[in-house]
Amino acid sequence: MIEVDAVIIGGGIVGASAALFLSQGGRRVALLERDFCGSHSSGVNYGGVRRQGRPLSQLPLSQRAHELWGRLPQLIGIDGEYQRSGHLKLARSLEDFQALRDYAERSRGFGLGLQLLDRQQLRARFPWVGDVAVGASLCPDDGHANPRLVSPAFAQAARRHGAQIHEQTAVSQVEHDGQCFHIRSESGLELRAPWLLNCAGAWAGQLAAQFGESVPMHAGHPAMLVTEPLPLVMDASTGVEGGGIYARQVARGNCVLGGGQGFALDDARARPGQQAVLEILRQAVELYPFLEGAQAIRTWSGTEGYMPDRQPVIGPSSTQPGLLHAFGFAGAGFQIGPAVGQALADIVCSGAPWTSLDAFSITRFQSISVA
Amino acid sequence: MKPVVVVGAGPAGVRAAQTLVAHGLRPILLDEALRSGGQIYRRQPANFKRSPAKLYGFEAPKANALHRTLDGLLDQLDYRPETLVWNAEDHALDTLQQGRAARLEFSRVIVATGATDRILPVPGWTLPGVYSLGAAQIALKFQGCAIGERVAFAGSGPLLYLVAYQYAKAGAKVVAVLDSSPFSAQVRATGQLLRQPATLAKGIYYRAWLTAHGIPLHQGATLHAIDGSTRVQSLSWRDANGDHALDCDAVAFAHGLRSETQLADLLGCQFDWNPLNRAWLPQRDRAGRSSVAEVYLAGDGAGIMGADAAEMAGERAALALLQDIGYVITPDRAQTLERSLQRIEGFRRGLEQAFAFPEDWAKNADDQLMLCRCEEVRVGDVRQVVREGHWEINRAKAHCRVGMGRCQGRMCGAAAAEIIACESQRPLNEIGRLRAQAPIKPLPFGVELDG
Repeated sequence: MIEVDAVIIGGGIVGASAALFLSQGGRRVALLERDFCGSHSSGVNYGGVRRQGRPLSQLPLSQRAHELWGRLPQLIGIDGEYQRSGHLKLARSLEDFQALRDYAERSRGFGLGLQLLDRQQLRARFPWVGDVAVGASLCPDDGHANPRLVSPAFAQAARRHGAQIHEQTAVSQVEHDGQCFHIRSESGLELRAPWLLNCAGAWAGQLAAQFGESVPMHAGHPAMLVTEPLPLVMDASTGVEGGGIYARQVARGNCVLGGGQGFALDDARARPGQQAVLEILRQAVELYPFLEGAQAIRTWSGTEGYMPDRQPVIGPSSTQPGLLHAFGFAGAGFQIGPAVGQALADIVCSGAPWTSLDAFSITRFQSISVA
Repeated sequence: MKPVVVVGAGPAGVRAAQTLVAHGLRPILLDEALRSGGQIYRRQPANFKRSPAKLYGFEAPKANALHRTLDGLLDQLDYRPETLVWNAEDHALDTLQQGRAARLEFSRVIVATGATDRILPVPGWTLPGVYSLGAAQIALKFQGCAIGERVAFAGSGPLLYLVAYQYAKAGAKVVAVLDSSPFSAQVRATGQLLRQPATLAKGIYYRAWLTAHGIPLHQGATLHAIDGSTRVQSLSWRDANGDHALDCDAVAFAHGLRSETQLADLLGCQFDWNPLNRAWLPQRDRAGRSSVAEVYLAGDGAGIMGADAAEMAGERAALALLQDIGYVITPDRAQTLERSLQRIEGFRRGLEQAFAFPEDWAKNADDQLMLCRCEEVRVGDVRQVVREGHWEINRAKAHCRVGMGRCQGRMCGAAAAEIIACESQRPLNEIGRLRAQAPIKPLPFGVELDG
């Protein structure tokens, strides 16, 4: 029997950063990961480290995350290929450009430092952007990083601070005896803790339901691909207002692009699918003409949880004291993840998070019947 | 009715297509190459006029027969050369043909995707002038050119002596053949090799011919390093007598072949560990049925058995397919094929013994040795991530990029697996299987989608 202060289910960036901050705060932590830490959404996402475009309710957490990202090497011991390249959100119509203006206006108080670029300014500053873009909004301090390296490194860092990290350890049973959670793994581990953190990503719904908090979460499978290394051209990570594809170029020259949805192979594995891949290739040459003739060498997808309102669930359970949820990040959890982990650690250590999490409460689904 | 599709127009694919046609089907035959024949019976461009005997040597009758078979079937099937299958999903193949993408739905598919060389890197292997054995043979067969003026051949496997012989016969200067497997292993294997006396005789003939022509053959000889400033200038090798060096301007090397299994993987086939191949191979029954009901496997793409076996396996898989969709086949023929395939399997075991895998390669590889040339990952980089706890091969790939580049692990995957297993002190079959990810080969931006 392992007795700890908190058991975390899920070794993605949220669970692993919670483990890190709890360990730093002197708490005994055990993290259980069914697969390998950071091997699902947290490790296979596009790698955008972006505040721009988030709902305003996420911006306090996102700004805190921005500070954490700023000291990533101190936090996790590697730079994770993180660079503040800027994030450029492109508008393909004047209507979309107006939407970017509106967002810049509404988010003004949060300190994102957005800069609106009209067609001429965009051409002058980012000549590699295609003519389909009529304008853009630039967030100069947003950027991108390598999720394959960053997310597992949070778990490694937590381990260095004393957290127990159990990989390839699927949870088979969770019970609460009125005082503590009793957790059992398929491999026979038994753990006891007063706190249980449900950070199980697309698979978190089952545990929530067990405690009477069913959520209408569905799994999505964003499609991604990468090119062979190309001459360095893109000096910002990009997205498109109203959806479409997103693209960035890493220091060694490969361009990473995402967009559209793939399909599930089974409960845990997904593929991007022919349709989404060809659509990315088609759109990419319109938005970034220099990619014409380049080659995609690899494609992939992952399994991510989505709520109907595309906002995550973060915060205490309304039915079970000691249970905290943090899941359903709708493909946008990578940047914000470390701050969410920190907020969960705050609740355990001091009883309350440093910022209100009310907008993300699981109770917002309680009036919705789940079919 | 969706069509029956055969992927690959080598020995397995052509015989499969022929068998389907003989029973009244009109299959679609997809092939990546410009002309049929696969790698072993690769045809020269139409305007080249070398004789088959010159191109294929002893194998000329087989090559001719295979080529004539497909030529004779062209109005009875839908043959699509220069067509890459880059992806597969449920009952559909995604193809790329001259810059156009298309989706081909199938009712059943026979996968005959062949093999490439198994490469175990040595220092200097990325220098211009270094080729795999298969590539050296293709240069000669397809384009009639040699990879250099003074060529050394190294590694192991039946291809080693064959390609050296073909080069010497074509007039190239073969400076040495360095066979890493010891003579004693080949003597021990003779019993099993006698199951295919004709094939064994050919192997003996190649060696005898090379010796008679004054070409040095060394057994138990390990290629140690290839040297040169801008291209190959010399190499060093070792045997029981010590270190040796020789001058050359090109090197061809490989340690046998590895199956091209990506398509089977994308089609959802289950894989089993195959100790003989030191590789994960798609499951198949003796007839060639995979674990997926509509997918059949034949030829070297499902396990290395050689061209003769591939022809039989192609026919056998086609018979299985026909039977499964309600055709009456001749059971005797199916049994004959299965028995012959079993005999070849015994021979194949003998070959593995004769051309033993250099088990100590991973242990002796230097940290500085380039392992994955696409992503410039060295042996030491892989060992480092293993020491950090990443013993599972896909995980190691995620952490150090080995196998992430243009070849998607087709060239470096086998060697990477050896390094990971050795460093993590796990058996090769317990470090996981490198998962295939589309595209099987690179896919260009700006591709147009048909339909």
